[in-house]
Amino acid sequence: MNPAFSVVIFTSIAGAAQGMVVALALARLVGVAMAPSFLRTGLAIAGVMLLIGLAASFAHLGRPERAWRAVLMWRTSWLSREVIVLPAFIGVVALWWLALYVGIDTVWLPLAAIVVAALLWYCTAMIYACLRFIEEWAQPLTLVNFTLIGLSSGLILTSALSVVLAQPELLPATGTAALLVTVVAWITRTMALRRNAVIKHKSTLQSATGIRAPNLVQKSMGMSAGSFNTREFFHHAGLLAMKNVKLALIVLGFALPTALLLWGVTAGFGLAFVLALAVQVPGLVADRWFFFAQAKHPQNLYYQVVS
Amino acid sequence: MIQWLKDLMAGVAQPMALVEEGVRPVAISSEGRVSVRADQGETLAKQLALVIDLNVCVGCHACVTSCKQWNTSGSAGPLADEKPYGADPTGTFFNRVQTYEAGAYPVTETIHFPKSCLHCEDPPCVPVCPTGASYKRKEDGIVLVDYDKCIGCKYCAWACPYGARELDEERQVMTKCTLCVDRIYDEKLPKEDRKPACVKACPTGARIFGDVKDPNSEASIAIRERGGYSLMPEWNTSPANQYLPRRVTDVAGGASKVQPTVGGER
Repeated sequence: MNPAFSVVIFTSIAGAAQGMVVALALARLVGVAMAPSFLRTGLAIAGVMLLIGLAASFAHLGRPERAWRAVLMWRTSWLSREVIVLPAFIGVVALWWLALYVGIDTVWLPLAAIVVAALLWYCTAMIYACLRFIEEWAQPLTLVNFTLIGLSSGLILTSALSVVLAQPELLPATGTAALLVTVVAWITRTMALRRNAVIKHKSTLQSATGIRAPNLVQKSMGMSAGSFNTREFFHHAGLLAMKNVKLALIVLGFALPTALLLWGVTAGFGLAFVLALAVQVPGLVADRWFFFAQAKHPQNLYYQVVS
Repeated sequence: MIQWLKDLMAGVAQPMALVEEGVRPVAISSEGRVSVRADQGETLAKQLALVIDLNVCVGCHACVTSCKQWNTSGSAGPLADEKPYGADPTGTFFNRVQTYEAGAYPVTETIHFPKSCLHCEDPPCVPVCPTGASYKRKEDGIVLVDYDKCIGCKYCAWACPYGARELDEERQVMTKCTLCVDRIYDEKLPKEDRKPACVKACPTGARIFGDVKDPNSEASIAIRERGGYSLMPEWNTSPANQYLPRRVTDVAGGASKVQPTVGGER
């Protein structure tokens, strides 16, 4: 697939915002001490991130002025469900922020935030996992990774924020959680990458055309230049570029953040969390880009040459 | 603004009901709206489709140009062309003819392979559409896009394993083969012209149009008697369009036989 920048930005930034809201909600529910102003600032930042994500998702549409129609088919479409749950999540975050602002501190709003965040991760991941013939995506690890990567980036963001805004009481909890979740996400993402690297696709040129000759080559795609099919489904990046992006996503997205978090947690060194955030942001953009680029759509079988 | 609200209310109250201009109604609800949308997994009594005979397709692209001409001028169009005279021209087409070579030199065969929407009986592109713009008609099984409801999210194209859909870059809506729905029911046309433009244009008769649910239609007979097969059967989409495999003819006087290595399940 050709990774759409709008979707890469939307899924990474919304995932991190969900992770931060869940981190803050859990901290509130288990009673970790933090200043009310810190909680409000965190929620405000998450809200802004979600709005940026929402704007990016609009940028993906050819006809954004009709976007409201996308809520109609929630009975069958995961995309429609996501379109409903995303504003709902923004609403819960805004409501929680507002409640804190006017001085109401209830456990129900953080609880609701956790539930709706989980639902949003599920909807986002199912958009990809439900396409059964895109075999790189149609697997449970897609759901696991969308959730864990969102949680990892959200926890790192929360930890970095607590360093910047001087909330040392929060750091032992979020820092340790960030380290654990990042390591687990590293493992599950590696499992998915390994599985996808050696995947044997069900469809072949023979099944796509019904011409069962073992020696079958395409001589013409039926057009002299490109079409929607050659633009939308091919990333046009070379093997070397793919290899470099894969290395970047592992090193920047998981390995370096893990090392920095370990340093921060064991030495109690605050700046390490800020550094982990700075390193992970480009790493996760690379990761999401690779998620799309690695998926081979069966329609690509019909577009093997330009002639 | 008022129309926008009316559209919204109508859409929420009746997401399953869609109006299609120029289409003979099958069921009219109490509100007087035409219900043409088939439910997911519904078995339809009628399924219009094309049967493509790979045995006689000569790869002339007449179906491609006639499809483009009809559909860019009709209710589906205009189908955008970008940089038509540039070095890198591109455009929206509902139908393409590809060419494959099977076998090893000198025993090779050139196979021209027309490719358009297969109007699947279980179309994976329909349930994923968030707006309901993509739908399968209850009346005749044609899979269509309502261009006024499409938001151009391209998710349906991702959900089609065949790459049958093309986004119109100018209008930014998804387009696809309509089986010339604005032509096959047009009673102002002579009866012999009420066929898809590609079928009418094919000089070798490689495209057979008909109801594949009617066992006595030309299309059904061709599928039954000449080894019609589906593309990518592994995904269980039940494409309505089927392909007839290559046959080779023996020396004069000998019987025709179906080529065992090239073609479908035979």
